[in-house]
Amino acid sequence: MRRPPKDTEESVKLITRRSLVLGTGMTAFAGVLGLRMRHLQVDQADQFRLLAEENRINIRLLPPARGEIFDRNGLLIAGNEQNYRVVMVRDEVDDPDKVLEDLSNLIPLSPDDIARVKQELAKRSRLVPVTIADRLTWEDLSQVAVNAPALPGITPEFGLSRAYPRLDDYAHVIGYVGPVSDYDLSKIDDKDPLLQIPKFQIGKTGAEAKLERDLRGKAGTKRVEVNAYGRVMRELGRDESTKGSDVQLTVDTRLQNFVQARLAGESAAVVVIDVNNGDLLSIGSAPAFDPNLFVRGISVADYNGLTQNKYRPLANKAVQGAYPPGSTYKMVTALAALEMGVVGPEETVWCGGHTEVAGRRFHCWKRGGHGHMNLRESIKYSCDLYYYELAQRVGVEKMSEMARKLGLGERHDIPMSAVSKGLIPTKAWKRANRGEDWVIGDSLNAAIGQGFVLATPLQLAVMTARIATGRSVKPRLINAIAGEEFPSSAGEPLGISTSALNQARGGMIAVSNERRGTAYSTRIAEDAFRMAGKTGTSQVRNITKAERARGVFRNADLPWERRDHALFVGYAPFDKPKYAVSVVVEHGGGGSTAAAPIARDVILAAQYGGVPPLAAYPESQHGRISTALEELNLRDPADTPPKGTRA
Amino acid sequence: MSYLAHSVKSVPTGFSRVLHLNWPIILLLSAIASVGFLMLYSVAGGSMTPWAEPQMKRFALGLFVMFSVAMIPVWFLRNIAGLAYLISVGLLVAVEFVGATGMGAQRWIDLGFMRLQPSELMKITLIMFLAAYYDWLPVKKVSHPFWVILPLILIVIPVYLVLRQPDLGTALLLVFGGGGLMFIAGVSWLYFATVIGAGVGLVTAVFQSRGTDWQLLKDYQYRRIDTFLDPASDPLGAGYHITQSKIALGSGGWTGRGYMQGTQSRLNFLPEKHTDFIFTTLAEEFGFVGGLSLLGLYVLVLIFCIASALSNKDRFASLMTMGIALTFFLFFAVNMSMVMGLAPVVGVPLPLVSYGGSAMLVLLLAFGLVQSAHVHRPR
Repeated sequence: MRRPPKDTEESVKLITRRSLVLGTGMTAFAGVLGLRMRHLQVDQADQFRLLAEENRINIRLLPPARGEIFDRNGLLIAGNEQNYRVVMVRDEVDDPDKVLEDLSNLIPLSPDDIARVKQELAKRSRLVPVTIADRLTWEDLSQVAVNAPALPGITPEFGLSRAYPRLDDYAHVIGYVGPVSDYDLSKIDDKDPLLQIPKFQIGKTGAEAKLERDLRGKAGTKRVEVNAYGRVMRELGRDESTKGSDVQLTVDTRLQNFVQARLAGESAAVVVIDVNNGDLLSIGSAPAFDPNLFVRGISVADYNGLTQNKYRPLANKAVQGAYPPGSTYKMVTALAALEMGVVGPEETVWCGGHTEVAGRRFHCWKRGGHGHMNLRESIKYSCDLYYYELAQRVGVEKMSEMARKLGLGERHDIPMSAVSKGLIPTKAWKRANRGEDWVIGDSLNAAIGQGFVLATPLQLAVMTARIATGRSVKPRLINAIAGEEFPSSAGEPLGISTSALNQARGGMIAVSNERRGTAYSTRIAEDAFRMAGKTGTSQVRNITKAERARGVFRNADLPWERRDHALFVGYAPFDKPKYAVSVVVEHGGGGSTAAAPIARDVILAAQYGGVPPLAAYPESQHGRISTALEELNLRDPADTPPKGTRA
Repeated sequence: MSYLAHSVKSVPTGFSRVLHLNWPIILLLSAIASVGFLMLYSVAGGSMTPWAEPQMKRFALGLFVMFSVAMIPVWFLRNIAGLAYLISVGLLVAVEFVGATGMGAQRWIDLGFMRLQPSELMKITLIMFLAAYYDWLPVKKVSHPFWVILPLILIVIPVYLVLRQPDLGTALLLVFGGGGLMFIAGVSWLYFATVIGAGVGLVTAVFQSRGTDWQLLKDYQYRRIDTFLDPASDPLGAGYHITQSKIALGSGGWTGRGYMQGTQSRLNFLPEKHTDFIFTTLAEEFGFVGGLSLLGLYVLVLIFCIASALSNKDRFASLMTMGIALTFFLFFAVNMSMVMGLAPVVGVPLPLVSYGGSAMLVLLLAFGLVQSAHVHRPR
C-alpha cells in the first residue's frame, strides 16, 4: 500500500532543477557532437575524401612491350613472344589440391610443379596470383579457358616475354634480358617504378643492357578499385603503356649466321666492318650460347656447362678479348717508320734468322732467316728481323702513336658489354704500371705485336679498315633507334701519306696474292673480290732455350692452352676496299693455317652476300672447300624465326 | 508528489490508454529505426538479408513489447522494480556459468528463440530500482552518507559482474546511468564533486608517477592505456578502426556520397559496419546533413522524455523517465563520440540503428516504461 505523501513542493523542485541541469548538459553534449561532425565532415572533408580515394584506388603498373631489335635488312633479332601462363588465386579456391589435380589432366604438370605451386600457395598471401604453369601453348591455354567454370581460382594470363629467334647467333652482340634482381637495383640509379615489378625483364648484357633506356619503354597505369582486403573490384581507367623504341643494328643476319657457323668448334672471334662507313656487319664470337635460356631462367646444369667450358662461351671475344696482335701489328711499325722517313721502300735489311740487341738474342720465326728483305717483302713473308731493326729506328713512342691513329688502344664506342681498351704501351705506361724503365727489348717485342701490346678483334678490324681507306673509320653498331638514323661517316683522313699507306697495302696484297706470301694458300681466285691481308701468330708462352734447341715449338705437340693464337686481318676487294675482317682463333696455331681460311670465307660471304661460290676459290682447293662449305650448319635467315623450345 | 495525492479517476483505463500514449516519442523512435533499416540495407550491399529484415522483425516485436509494457500501471512497475533488479543480477551471475562467448566476451544466454544479454536488461532494471529507491527515500535523507552508500552498492554489484565479462561499454553505461539518477534524485553536489575530484586526482597520480620510482602501474599497463586513449598509436590494430571510421565520416562531406555509394563501407574498410560503426556509413552516404538529422532525432526523443518527466508529478515515474532518457543519451553519445574519435572504442551500439536484438528489445521495453509512466501520470 502507498504511504501518504511525505514530501511535496521541495522534492518536485529539486528533481525538476536537477532534470533541467542534466537535460541541458545532455543537449549541450549533443551540440558538441554536432560540432565535431561539422569539423570532420565540412572542415576536413577534402582531406578525408582524398584518404578515402587512396584507400579504394590502387594504381597498377602496366608493363610496356620492349623495343624490338632488327638487323640492317629488317630481320628480327630480338622480339617479344606471347607468353601464356596459368595463375591461381588461393582466396578464390576452396580445395586447391583438387583444382590442381583437375588442371594436371588438361595441361602438362609434373609432380614437381605441383609441389612447387603448393609451397608457394602456402607462402604467399591468399590474394597474390601464383603462377602454376608458364610458357604454355595456345592449345593448352584454350583447354584451361574452356574448362574455366570447373576450375575456380584459375585464370589464364597473357604476357610478353623476350625471344631471340636467331638463337645463339647474336648471343654476344645482343646479350639477353632477365628478371631484375636486387643486385641490379643496387647497382643502377634508376627510379623507374617498372623495376619494382617482380620479375620485370631488363637487359643484363650486350646491347640489351646498353640500350636499356631506349628499349624499355614507358609504363602505363591502370587504376583499379580494391576492397579492404586488396581484392580488385573493378577497373576505373587506364593509360596504356608505351612500347620501347625499336632498334636497328648494322649487322647482317645472313653474314652473322655464316660467321657463327664457320667458327663452329673453335674458340674464336671474327669482326667484319664496312670500311667506308664503319658499319659492323658481323661480330662473331665462338662458342656462343642460346640467350633464350637466360630469359627463361637457366638451369644450374646448363649454366655450369657454360662457365666450366674451357672455350669460355660466355666471353665476348670479339670486343672483350685482348690478344697480342702478333704480326698483324707489323703494318703499324712499318707505317710509323715510313712516316718518320727512317726507312725507304726499297731499303733492305738482312735477316739471318736471329740478331743480338743489347746483349739479348732475338729470333725470326724462320729459323734460317729470310735473307735481304725490303718493306713489301717483310710483310709478305712476315719477317721479324726487319721489324727488330725498324723498332730501333722508330722507338716505342712513335710506334704507339701510329697504333692509336689506327684505332688501337682505344675503347670504341659501341653498345656492347665489356668493350676492352686493349693496350698500346709507352715508356710512361711501363714506368707507371710495372715500375720499370722501358728497355730496347720491349720495343723489339712491340714492333712484332708481342710483349705488352694487346688488341681486340674489333680494334684489329678497325685498324685494317683505316689502313685500307686512310681515314679514321669509326665502328658503328646502331643504325637507327625509333626510326631515327644514326649518323655515319667515312671518317676524317688520318694524315698518313698515301705513299706510306700504299707501301703497307702492297705488302698486304702480296701476302694473299703472291706465291710464297704467308696467306697465298688462302688466296681468292675471283679477281673482283681479291683480298689483301696479314697473318699473325702470337705466342702465349716463352720459348725456352731448351725447347728451341730441341725444336719443340710445333703447336700440334703442345696442349691447347699453350698453343699460339692465330690471327688474320684483311680487306677486300684490295683495289677498291669495301670490307675489312679480323679473325682471332684462340690457341689456333698459325695465322696462315687457322685464321686466314676463316677470314677468306667470311670476307667472300660478305662480298657475295651469302655462301660464296666455288669459283671464288683456287681450283686446286675446290674439293676440300665444297665439302667444308656444305658441312656448315647454316640457317636461312628468311625463314620464319624458329620458335624457342619450351623450357 | 505521489500518485495517490491525485484523482485516480482521471487516469485512463482500458483501450483509451492507447490514445494517451506519448505518440511523438513513438513516431521519433520509428523514424530512427527506419534510418537503421535503410542503413542495414545499404551495408548489406543493397539487400534485406542478412540484417535489415531480421531487424524489422525485431522492431515489430519490440513495438509490441513497448505497447504491452505501456499498458502496465506504473505503480505495479515500481512494486516489481526490486524483483526485476534481483532477476537481472541473477542472470548476470548465470551468464558467468552458462553464458556463450560472443566477440570475445561472455555476454548472452541462448534461450532458444533468442539470445538474451542480461547486461542490456540490467541497464533498465538498475534505473527502475534506483528510481523506486529514491521514490521511497524521504528527500531529507537523500544526501545522508548511509543512504548514499546503499544505492552505490546497488550500482557496483552489476558493474562488477559486467566488467568480468568483460564489457566495458555496458559497465560505463551502468555507472553513468546510476550516477546520473542519483544526481537527479538530489544527492548533494558535494558527493559528485568529491568523486570527480578523487577521480581526477587518481588519474593524475597514475600518469604523473609514470617513469618515477613510485610508479603506480606496470609498464605494460601504461602501454595498454596509451593504446586505449590514443588508438592512432596503434594504426594497424585498434587505431585502424577509428582511422577508417573518421575517413568514412569525413569523406561524406556536406551531403554525402549518395545512398549505397559509400566506398568505405561498400569496400569493407569500415569495421563492424552493421553494428557499432553503422553511424559512419550513414555519415558517409548522407553527409553532415544526414548525420545531423539523426542526431536531431535523438535529441528530440530526449526532449520529449524530459518534458514528460518534468510534467509527471509522480516521483518514481519522473525519475525512471529521466533515467531512461539518460541511458538513451549515453548510448548514442558514447557511440557517436567513439566513431568520431572523441572517445576510445568501447563497444556501445547506436540505439535502434545498430543491428542487434537484445539492445533493440530492451530499449523498446524501456520506452514502454516511459510510456507507462506517461499514460498513468497523475492528472
